[in-house]
Amino acid sequence: MSQFLDAIFAPGFFASAPVRAAVVVGAVVAVVTGAVGVFTVIRSQAFAGHALGEVGSAGGSLAFLSGTNPLWGYMGVAVVAAGLMEVLGVHRPRARDVATGLVLGAGLGLAALFLYLDTTSSSTTGVTVTILFGSLFTISQPMLPDIVVLSAVALVVIASCYRMLLLSSLSPELAAARGVPVRAVAIAYLVIMAVAVSLAAETIGTILATALLVGPPATALRLTKRPGGAMVVAGLVGVAAVWIGIVLAYDSFYWPPVDHGWPVSFFVVAMVFVFYLGSGAVAAWARARRDRRVGALAAMGESGCEPHVDADAA
Amino acid sequence: MFSSFMVNTWIAATMVAVIAGVVGFFVVLRGSAFAAHAIPHGSFGGAAGAVLLGVNTILGLGVFAVGGALGIGWLSRRGRHDVATALALVLMLGLGSLFLSFSVEYAGAVYSLLFGEVLGVPSDDLLPMAGLGLACILAIAVLYRPLLLTSITPEVAEARGVRPGRIETGFLLVVALASTMTVPVVGVLLMFSLMIGPAATARSFTHSPLGAIVLSVAIALAIVWFGIAIAYVTNYPVGFFVGTLGAVSYGCARVWTGWRRGRIGATSPPGAATLERELRAPLLPAAPPGR
Repeated sequence: MSQFLDAIFAPGFFASAPVRAAVVVGAVVAVVTGAVGVFTVIRSQAFAGHALGEVGSAGGSLAFLSGTNPLWGYMGVAVVAAGLMEVLGVHRPRARDVATGLVLGAGLGLAALFLYLDTTSSSTTGVTVTILFGSLFTISQPMLPDIVVLSAVALVVIASCYRMLLLSSLSPELAAARGVPVRAVAIAYLVIMAVAVSLAAETIGTILATALLVGPPATALRLTKRPGGAMVVAGLVGVAAVWIGIVLAYDSFYWPPVDHGWPVSFFVVAMVFVFYLGSGAVAAWARARRDRRVGALAAMGESGCEPHVDADAA
Repeated sequence: MFSSFMVNTWIAATMVAVIAGVVGFFVVLRGSAFAAHAIPHGSFGGAAGAVLLGVNTILGLGVFAVGGALGIGWLSRRGRHDVATALALVLMLGLGSLFLSFSVEYAGAVYSLLFGEVLGVPSDDLLPMAGLGLACILAIAVLYRPLLLTSITPEVAEARGVRPGRIETGFLLVVALASTMTVPVVGVLLMFSLMIGPAATARSFTHSPLGAIVLSVAIALAIVWFGIAIAYVTNYPVGFFVGTLGAVSYGCARVWTGWRRGRIGATSPPGAATLERELRAPLLPAAPPGR
């Protein structure tokens, strides 16, 4: 048994402080992005979510220049970008795509400038890779309480406007008729999405953050149609993806072709993708089973009935 | 600024702007900005893989760009389009981060692939760029009418037997081709900004498709030339200037249309209506009377 465990968890896994921090932060962030992301998928805002994460690169590199923690940079720029998207008309279906794209383009332009200044001021190239692709094992311990508090705030906000958010996502007209401030809810949701995706950027990098925001919720929504249930499933899938990713990344220190570990962000993204594909197969199997049962019932009801045969022949 | 090593830069940037202006018009028209971002961005992973294997970067970019386009098409058939795009993108980038971690000496090239290295284009790259660019323009010319039809009047397109799924995949492949050609020179950021900003600006000035394409190419050229000139003088990254200039040009267009609409007092939204009329007219010439 212990040999089996050793084969899964490489020696020193549970004693390592960075691993413990990664396990905690990864789980907290996966729960938040799972809950927030269900609405991202329902509202078809994956592009906006991705853009908010990626413009965070500008904030992260600016924070690096000024010596503060990147998380505040991600979040500051993402929230400003959410406001800009709103001004440019992200709420109007026809302008939405362009509004998001322009903010993303401008944000990336700023990131180009700040990353350039980072590399010239510190003469290291590593900062680009760290900001863009993240590294769960290098999260600084003093950031832990801040991350947990921010996550809790995001969860409380989502929980408190759950009904308004759900109604205005599924049917904006009905929500408006019922007196829900649809536009205000949309703005609030953009800001919450900015916070969630910044937390994800802190763990797996700004350009991979979308994986946690979109992947587990999309997986969950294939397995259950109930939004509340989907939030729970998405959280579980996200935590599983992050934890499996951490274990594999820790083990990979002993893998070829290099004598350092494989990047943990790669494993997390790969697990998210595997879960998404797997959920598609499960959903297809469940649908086929249901169809077969319905088909069998229909056949029983119509047994010996001529038109049934005719319909088949036709 | 026009010394011998800069000549290649001007030629390459001009080709990139023309392609981006033309393809970008359809990106904005069809609302495929996410795919237009994901395909060049994801192909970055292919470049990292190519360096690891020691093959030509353009080959790696091409394989990932085309794979990404087909992957997005395949995944969207079974699920939501934007989710499919997001997941295809992060998977390609995740692979990119893996390849990067295997080849340490490559870390410096990450920046130039993402944000472009317009200053210093090798002469060997110009010919393949021109070839791929020509293929892009030809593909757009062939797909021109079905692309417009499926974007503006899907029901007419369907009635005429155009398969929207095939057209969408074809268009994504054109975007992939354009990315392969441009990313090694201008980077992911420049390509994306050049496809969105000028085309969105052009669309708010004119409603005729051809006029918008010409205008979008002109704006893209102006932005690129201006961006390179400032970058050359200030020594700051060209991606910064191109990214912000795209947003600025669109901002100006919005202010201008808002001002004009306020002056004329027109309340009808611009765009689709005129385009639709223009498209429908030659298509349905002989509508039977009494219908």
